[in-house]
Amino acid sequence: MKLAWHEWRAGFRPGDILVIGGGLAACVFFALTLWQGGVARWAEVRAGGKVVARLSLDRPASVDVDGPLGQTRVQVEPGRARVLSDPGPRQYCVLQGWLSRAGAVAICAPNEVSLRLLGDSSAYDTLNY
Amino acid sequence: MTRSTTELPVTNADVRIARYAAAAIALSIAEAAIPLPLPGVKPGLGNIITLVVLARWGWREAAWVALLRVFAASLVLGQFLAPGFFLSVSGALISLGVLALAQHLPKRWFGPVSHSVLAAFGHFSGQILIARLWLVPHDGIFYLVPVFALAAVVFGTVNGLVADYLLRHASLRATPSD
Repeated sequence: MKLAWHEWRAGFRPGDILVIGGGLAACVFFALTLWQGGVARWAEVRAGGKVVARLSLDRPASVDVDGPLGQTRVQVEPGRARVLSDPGPRQYCVLQGWLSRAGAVAICAPNEVSLRLLGDSSAYDTLNY
Repeated sequence: MTRSTTELPVTNADVRIARYAAAAIALSIAEAAIPLPLPGVKPGLGNIITLVVLARWGWREAAWVALLRVFAASLVLGQFLAPGFFLSVSGALISLGVLALAQHLPKRWFGPVSHSVLAAFGHFSGQILIARLWLVPHDGIFYLVPVFALAAVVFGTVNGLVADYLLRHASLRATPSD
């Protein structure tokens, strides 16, 4: 049995192309609507547990926050944010580098400053049943 | 030996359904041997038979063949009453519902490929529904929907083309006269 392409092509009727096109469109639609969760839109900066700044990730910005040890500097670029400098002794939050996904957090514990990225809807960071 | 007093008359339709179901079960079991990257994404080769029966003999027999396949293949594979079995049943029921509507589409414009793609969408909708309500009660499962939808389009198209090819070329002798 020889399987020539024109044999298979005969299986397509005009409406079939429509249905397949609709199916592919549905795929694209689902991907666009359901795969948006990880995109970060806002950077939230807290000091001593209180929100001190909420920056849009649309444009570059930077903010200085005062804590018990001194000044922590947070830098924002389109789509990402990081702790640029911190007076803490071990520099964990600085070494974490750029954060780009919703729900990502950098915590400068000694200086009581934290940076957190938020999406359109709040993402879970833990689930418990 | 005494003759049984109950008689179960076997109609031509019964024999036909049994034969088609046997072919569908064989395809389902063969398919179980194919390694697949993601649970739930599989070609659904048994549905080729459902499509052929739908086109040849109508929806009622197609429903018989599809449901017999789900039950028998799950028994053979040791999946009977396991979670995967309920996913298959709900998928099969929803896709049969879709086919009940899709068979009334004008034949000139919509062939087995349309039926197959629409039924594949019905199938994964039924599976996602059961999975969301029962197995994974969290919206995170919808993250996989685009993958399932793409698989439905690809495998639905391929299965529909194979079914159409069979309908045009194979001499489908399914009557007990041969």
